[in-house]
Amino acid sequence: MADTKAKNGFNFQLWRYDGEPGELIPLLQAAQDHYGYIPEHAIEHISAATGITPSKIYGVITFYNQFRLQPMGKYVIRLCEGTACHVAGAKTLLEVIEDEVGVHEGETDDDGLFTVLTVACIGCCSLAPVMLVNEETYGKLDPKKIRSILRQIRREEQQKSQGKKAAQPAK
Amino acid sequence: MYKVKVGMATCGISAGAKTTYEKLNELIGGNGALVELTITGCIGMCYSEPLVEVVDDETGEHVLYGGVDDKGAEQIYKQHLKRGSVVDELVVLKWRDGQKPDGPQSSFLVDQERIVLRNCGVIDPEKIEDYIARGGYEALKKVLSKGDPNWVIDEVKASGLRGRGGAGFPTGLKWSFAAGNQADIKYVVCNADEGDPGAFMDRSVLEGDPHAVLEGMLICAYAIGATHGYIYCRAEYPLAVKRLRKAIQQAKDAGYLGQKIKGSGFSFSIKVKEGAGAFVCGEETALFASIEGERGMPRIRPPFPAEKGLWRKPTNNNNVETYANIPWIINHGAAEYRKFGTEKSPGTKVFALAGKVKRGGLAEVPMGMTIRELVMEIGGGIKKDKEYKGVQMGGPSGGCIPAALIDTPVDFENIPATGAIMGSGGMVVMDEETCMVDVARFFLDFTQKESCGKCTFCRIGTLRMLEILERICNGEGRPEDKDKLASLSEQIKNASLCGLGQTAPNPVLTTLRYFEHEYDAHISEGYCPAKVCPTLVDYVIDAEKCIGCVACAKGCPVECITGEKKQPHVIDQDKCIRCAHCITVCPVDAVMKIAEPKKQKPVAAE
Ligand SMILES: Cc1cc2nc3c(=O)[nH]c(=O)nc-3n(C[C@H](O)[C@H](O)[C@H](O)COP(=O)(O)O)c2cc1C
Ligand code: FES
Repeated sequence: MADTKAKNGFNFQLWRYDGEPGELIPLLQAAQDHYGYIPEHAIEHISAATGITPSKIYGVITFYNQFRLQPMGKYVIRLCEGTACHVAGAKTLLEVIEDEVGVHEGETDDDGLFTVLTVACIGCCSLAPVMLVNEETYGKLDPKKIRSILRQIRREEQQKSQGKKAAQPAK
Repeated sequence: MYKVKVGMATCGISAGAKTTYEKLNELIGGNGALVELTITGCIGMCYSEPLVEVVDDETGEHVLYGGVDDKGAEQIYKQHLKRGSVVDELVVLKWRDGQKPDGPQSSFLVDQERIVLRNCGVIDPEKIEDYIARGGYEALKKVLSKGDPNWVIDEVKASGLRGRGGAGFPTGLKWSFAAGNQADIKYVVCNADEGDPGAFMDRSVLEGDPHAVLEGMLICAYAIGATHGYIYCRAEYPLAVKRLRKAIQQAKDAGYLGQKIKGSGFSFSIKVKEGAGAFVCGEETALFASIEGERGMPRIRPPFPAEKGLWRKPTNNNNVETYANIPWIINHGAAEYRKFGTEKSPGTKVFALAGKVKRGGLAEVPMGMTIRELVMEIGGGIKKDKEYKGVQMGGPSGGCIPAALIDTPVDFENIPATGAIMGSGGMVVMDEETCMVDVARFFLDFTQKESCGKCTFCRIGTLRMLEILERICNGEGRPEDKDKLASLSEQIKNASLCGLGQTAPNPVLTTLRYFEHEYDAHISEGYCPAKVCPTLVDYVIDAEKCIGCVACAKGCPVECITGEKKQPHVIDQDKCIRCAHCITVCPVDAVMKIAEPKKQKPVAAE
């Protein structure tokens, strides 16, 4: 076992299961947990620690849907596009989200507030259509409900940043 | 004393169970001596979530409440917990210990037989004591005290249990292969990747009764002589991962996992590996590659996993539900298990009902029950009483079974005969408003994205099929498209290495077979009968409903919507590009879809 430390305090323990090689995916998951995406320096860091070449690590990253190479917004919207959600009209809902946020699927808005992604089933099919906003699940969606959820988040964020601005001159 | 259980599986939480739990917790507050508040898994009635069960310890009476929001929680607290009178409006089920349930929703449960789901929605999944109190780990103890791995394998063989991961391979036989191969280390793997989008039974078992899966794996490990186990769980199921990790720790602390378990010579440990979002990793050889930290690409078989599996060592891989059956079989015996189900498909199967069905949720029924019983009786029929069109089984590898075959028994013989597959048990119900061409396009889009790229036919053939389906959905279908789809399907099936490619054409083949008229409507008559494909419908504003808010006119990319403020608006059909934007912005649902045959159907040249 070796303790390693990279930029911004990202550290991890290399652990092995009775001498088995290959802990690459959990390491990448840990990096993504820490940064919200996998920055280049994390790849170098993992490569140095494990001896796996950066190109091979990159190959693994791009194979799996979970991994991101770009920073994501503060709120990551994941609209389910599984079968049950699809027949319940998820396609229209994606258009609603894209319209509301102003970006396409896979993109992040300019303020870094929202990232719009899709997933294939989060296992709440009986509440279809479903979306996740960060860890929070919302079921039985319709266009109106989506707009009100996203507007609510935006409003709260605006209030927070205005609160900060208002607090500054007082300091 | 009352025991209050709140259903806190992912489905319950999404429906608001956290708020309900917090409200009850706040109200019960200091009364902990009179009321015990706990959590439980999913009982399967996802359509009535959030669910709260109140158990009276003295009388043995159970009341299950559905749709309990914070107001409902307050009502239950004030009326039931404080004054002992049941809140009738919220009741979904009532029963007394050991008796069959009664109440407005009892038809959901009466025909069910619970083996796999025996503890789901009953115990607190985060407490090993609850599992043990219901006979948990007795099967393991029985196996250890018999001390004969061959007895275990024979018992599982005799039960006739077939793998619940899709293909239905006999479990006992599979175990005997791995048991027969000698090596310094052997592995037991649990496939919890549940990749079929529209299926959630494995999630419910993992979240509702994680110890049952661990016990099943332990028994398998004992039978085949393995010392190490992995559970490969998809990353989209964070709660399942959390509960599994907790269960593993508890089992270790209680001496059910680790070295020399319960004083025997048997040692076994389990690790959880999280997937990273790739459907193909549900295929077992790809799954092994992923555990090993590689890209999840399937490997050529043979050698089969029983010989060279994970890290090239003898490995037994089964599905979550397969393992969850094992403790019950060991405890009750193979003969008892065979009393359920059919001769060739014994036992029960858990189905995830979703889509256009009234009561979406989980149902565990004896094999051989008909689709009609599942969809119409347990599922309660079609939402808004629309017309039933069919059911999709087996996800991207499966097919659509039409309404005409509603009396087909659901088992490993009859379902494949329709062109669909049993799959893992996801059943997505479709009604008149589901377009079958769009469903086929949906699945091809999925498999095309999820193909790992190793086999040319799977990688490129699925893309070609998707392009054809897309143009049909866009109203640009060509007369030869149906034949092209059929021939590409054959080629992809024949030239793919793994199950993903071999089964990818199934959704297209079954829809072509049973719903050819819908393809014809798109290709030669220029309309989408289900009014789903945007370019093949007309959009019209209902003047009665329209409030003249101008939202649609403002957002229309071709400015084809006109009307004064507060006056009904009109869409110019000649200019409209059918982008469907107006539908998504209308606050009062005033935009209607209309679909009629446009082109004359060409007379068949004979
Ligand atoms: C593309 C593909 C995806 C699969 N996905 C799953 C899955 O999500 N869960 C599962 O248990 N089996 C899945 N399987 C089947 C497994 O390869 C394997 O047969 C199964 O886990 C064996 O378990 P069983 O004998 O208990 O059925 C998949 C197969 C293919 C070809
Ligand atoms: S299909 Fe959307 S949650 Fe399963």
